[in-house]
This record gives sequence, C-alpha cells and structure tokens, in this order.
Amino acid sequence: MDPKSTQGEAYWQANLRIIKISLVIWALVSFGFGIFFRPLLSGIPVGGTDLGFWFAQQGSILVFLVLIFFYAWRMNKLDREFDVDEQ
Amino acid sequence: MDQYTLNLIVVGASFALYIGIAIYSRAASTGEFYAAGRGVHPVMNGMATAADWMSAASFISMAGLIASVGYDNSTYLMGWTGGYVLLAMLLAPYLRKFGKFTVPEFIGDRFYSPTARIVAVVCLIVVSVTYVIGQMTGVGVTFARFLEVDTTTGLLIGAAIVFMYAVLGGMKGITYTQVAQYIVLILAYTVPAVFISLQLTGNPIPMFGLFSEHNASSQPLLAQLDQIVTDLGFNQYTGHHDSTLNTALFTMSLMIGTAGLPHVIIRFFTVPRVADARWSAGWALVFIAILYLTAPAVGAMARLNLIETIYPGNAAVTESALEYEQRPEWMRNWETTGLLTFEDKNGDGRIQFYNEGNADFATTAEENGWSGNELTVNNDIMVLANPEIANLPGWVIALVAAGGLAAALSTAAGLLLAISSAISHDLIKSVINPNISEKGELMAARVSMGFAIALATWLGLNPPGFAAQTVALAFGLAASSIFPVLMMGIFSKRVNNKGAIAGMLAGLIFTLAYVFAYKGFLFIPGTNLLPDNAANWVFGISPVSVGTIGAIINFAVAYFVSNATESPPQEIQELVESVRVPRGAGAASNH
Repeated sequence: MDPKSTQGEAYWQANLRIIKISLVIWALVSFGFGIFFRPLLSGIPVGGTDLGFWFAQQGSILVFLVLIFFYAWRMNKLDREFDVDEQ
Repeated sequence: MDQYTLNLIVVGASFALYIGIAIYSRAASTGEFYAAGRGVHPVMNGMATAADWMSAASFISMAGLIASVGYDNSTYLMGWTGGYVLLAMLLAPYLRKFGKFTVPEFIGDRFYSPTARIVAVVCLIVVSVTYVIGQMTGVGVTFARFLEVDTTTGLLIGAAIVFMYAVLGGMKGITYTQVAQYIVLILAYTVPAVFISLQLTGNPIPMFGLFSEHNASSQPLLAQLDQIVTDLGFNQYTGHHDSTLNTALFTMSLMIGTAGLPHVIIRFFTVPRVADARWSAGWALVFIAILYLTAPAVGAMARLNLIETIYPGNAAVTESALEYEQRPEWMRNWETTGLLTFEDKNGDGRIQFYNEGNADFATTAEENGWSGNELTVNNDIMVLANPEIANLPGWVIALVAAGGLAAALSTAAGLLLAISSAISHDLIKSVINPNISEKGELMAARVSMGFAIALATWLGLNPPGFAAQTVALAFGLAASSIFPVLMMGIFSKRVNNKGAIAGMLAGLIFTLAYVFAYKGFLFIPGTNLLPDNAANWVFGISPVSVGTIGAIINFAVAYFVSNATESPPQEIQELVESVRVPRGAGAASNH
C-alpha cells in the first residue's frame, strides 16, 4: 500500500464531509424550501407571492451556483493541504 | 428590408461562423477528436457545456411549459440545474482524473468487465438517440417557420452543417462551435426578455421583473397573473396543484438524469486538470443560469401578455374579448404554422380563451354565453413569438430564429459525438478490432459520426409517434442506469462486476417496465397494461418520475449482489483510490 494511505484516507474523509454538507444545503433549498416546506414559508411575501415560490423558481438555482463554486474553491485548497494537487 | 431577408442574413451569418470554426479547428488525433486534446479552458468549457446541455427543449419549450401551469413546472428549473451540483461533486472531477475518452470505458475498466461496458454502451445509445430525435425535429420546425422552406429541406441543411464541423473537428470542432452557439442563443433568449420585462414592469432585468410591480395594474406582476388566470377558470399560477411526492420525485429524476447524461459528462474530459473540471461545472451552471433565471420570467410575462392581448379590457368580461378580425399580426403569422388555432364555437366573432375543463367555472362560462374554449396555443410559441407579441424590431426576430437553431444544433452535435465515440472507441476499438491503429480509429470515429448523423436525420424525418414522450424516458433511463453505477464506481470499493451489471439491468428494466405499463409497450397505443392516470399509478408515482425509484433499485441491487459475492481485485481497489486523488491527472491523459 501507498505509505501515504492514512493521509489519503483523511483527504477522502474530508472530501466526503464537504460533499455531505453541500448536499444537505442542496436538498434543503430545492426539495425543502421549494417543495415540502413551502406551506411553512407561505407567510413570507416576495413580490406578489411567497418565499417558497421564489426558491423554486430562482433561489435554489442561485444557491446551487454558490455551492459548486464553494466546493471547487474548498477542494482545490484541500488538494494543496494534503499535497495531492496537480503540479 | 423584409423580415424574411433579415432572417436569412442572420441565420446565414451564424452558419458561416460555425463552418469557419470547423475549418479552423480540425482534429488531427483521436485525443483531439474525443476530448479536444484536453486543452479547453474551464470557462470556455463551461460555455460549451451550457450550449451542449441547453437543447431545443430548454430554449423553445421550457418557458412555455412553465407558462402553462406556473409553479408546478418549477420542477424543470430545479431539476435541470440541480443536476450540476451532483455532477460537480460526485462525478466530473473523478472521471476527469480517470482520464479516458468515454463513459462506458470507465464502467468497463472499473468493473473489470467487457459485459458491463457493452451494457453501458446500450444505455448510452438508447438515451442519446431518443434525445437527438427531438433536436432534429426542432431544427426542422425552426427552419420551416422562419425561412419558409419545408421541414425536410430545413432538416437536411441542419444535418449538413453538423456534418461539416462534427466530422472534421470531433470534440475540438464541436467545443469551439458550441461556444459560438452559446453566445448566439443566450443573446436570442435574453434580448427579447429584457424588452418585455421593461414593457411590463419597467425593470430591465427579467429575473427581477418577475417579482416587480406590473405597470398597467399597479400591483405585483404575479398577483395580477394569479388574478386573471383564476378569472378565466385556470389554476392559480403560483399555487401548488400536483401531488407533493410526485413533484419531488420528478425533480430528483431530472437532477440525477442530468448528472448521468453521457454527452454532458464527456465535456468534462476536455479540460486540462481535475481542479479545472470542478471550476468548469460552476461556470457551466453560471451560463445555464443566465437562461434558467430568465425562463420563469419569460413564461409568466408571456402568459400575461397573451391573455391581455385576447382580453384588452377586463379579463373574463364578454364584451372585452378580442374580435377575431382585429387580431394582431403575430397571431396571423402563427396560425399558418398550425401552432395557434381558433374556432368560433359560439359564433360571436370574438375570441374566448378560458379553462373549459373546469367544472366550477362552467356556470360562469354559460352566463357569458361561451360555448367552449376557442383558442388553442402550443406552448412552444411562447418563446418563438415573444418578439412579435412585444412588437420588437425585425432583427430581434431573426436573432431568435438563429438562437433556436443554435440550441438544437449544439445539443445534437454533443449527442452525436457521445454516440459515435461509443461506437468507434467502445465497440470497434475495444471489442471488434483491438489492434486498430490510431489513424484507423480516427477514421472509424469519423465514419461512425457520419452514420450517427444519417441515422439522426432519418429519425428526424420519420419521427416515431412517441418522440415527444421519449425525452422523459431518456432522463429516467440515464437516472436509473448510468448515474448510480458511475457514482458507486467512485464512492465504493466494494461494488464489483456482478453487482454493477445486476444493478444497471435492474434499474433499466424496472424503469422501462413501469413506463411501458402505463404508456404502452414501446409507446404503441393500446398496449398499456393500466390506464395512465394518477388513480392507477403505484403510490401516485407518475411514469415520468419513476427514474428516481429506478435509481434506488439500481443502488440497492448492486449493493446486495456485491456483498453476496467476492470483493473486486486489488488493482481495481487501487484504481478507485487513484481516481479519488487529483495528482497525476496530466499523466493519465496521455493514454
């Protein structure tokens, strides 16, 4: 086995943790705010309708964008921390 | 200058640009043909991916789908963008690190099984061919409306253009053409939307206009829209009317289907590094979001515009309905295409447009002296007729024509590359003739591309009756067969060849069986086992949403079969470790 394998394992676990957090947010804004919890958010008015409608039609897309760029930035940093980046 | 000449000039200029790019970026090796030499800048690849992904369905149909029912079709918006989050975190960087040319190649190597590779090729071809039919018919329709040629001629011209740049340039030619096509299509989509948003709300940015005040009524645009559609017996625009479970499952099917589409995945093989693949997914979504954030505004505004055109006074008052003879020019134009039709059922010479299917509204309609809805409007008109409805200048109309063609051609080219590389690389090079030379494989790739274009053109000319329904099927199949097996190949070291093959087949067969049970065997009318309506669906799950369940079955079967059989060999476990780590991606690309 690669002598760096415990390092390798720690790198992979760190990646999985970032993915999990990101996917929780991903599901929360789309399936959560946009669909299942929309009735709970119906009291918050946004331009003639409610917050859930905004999340379903625009908000979720904006959050997806932030998530992907955050993931790219965080992972590229993690690659350097664990010395597994591409030279 | 008349509109026809203007259309001809703008569309002709865009085609000349694509051909120019084709000649400039010819592919000299298989590496260039399959993966553009892995030298595409991540922002550039993001733009190409956006054009690759946004098809005639996104450009022409999506705003109309949203306009027709409102909130319930937000599923398309969330589903077709949320897939990129999955792609960016679960697939793209690792598959780029793997550094080969096709999706079946990864499946074959990771599951050390030529059978798995062939099953993947079959899934890929079924998904991509169903998808390409829609693009080719889109090209034909756009030509027919804007350039006044018949659909067949239009389709042949489109096929000839794709042939030029796809056969000459492969992925390299397609990439740079897609960048140009993205610019054409996004201008064509946003320019009319900006004008319409300004006219209706005074806000130049459509995504903000959607939530702004409506100029004419001085109340929020969406509140006004809710008001006038319910006045005509339609469902409230912002309301939720579908089953919540089905809405969520359909969204999920679109998300994982998107992440599992081979023609999108292979775009991430073209960037130089793993880090670029991550950035590139973000850029792809930026360019896609520009259209996807505009689309719901276009949909709502087009619906409002349409109803206000038909009822220039107060909606739902008999005397205010538009007299047919007074109808605007754009209605006359679109009537000739058959996408807009009028039938004067009560003989009063006015257009009545309302929801005749609503039993609660029947009394009101009767009191008004209405004998049924008299106007049918195809959803696809919403985007294509937008500039005419808003009285925009002729060059904007010409731009929309070029944009619709760009959207359809760019997606068709990406799909054709996925099909032809699966044939030349996964079948010819790996199974039929492994000793083929580099030059021979490049020639085989070009010939396969030629055949794929011929097949797509033939299917576009003779579309099977089920063409419209198959797009949903393509997503269901990509979701239930390709996505789970790719994800398990990266995230599990334990899933073995038997598990992967059993999982793919289980997901594929289950999804096909569920769809066919309601839609008919191979969509042949009358062969369905159960009536296709919510009362008969298992747990109320619609056949178009079933890809999510298929994916779960795929995961579960692969997991149990793998655990009941032996672990993958050591070198496969090392392969999985290596795709998880970016270092060494440059070396891997020199295969």
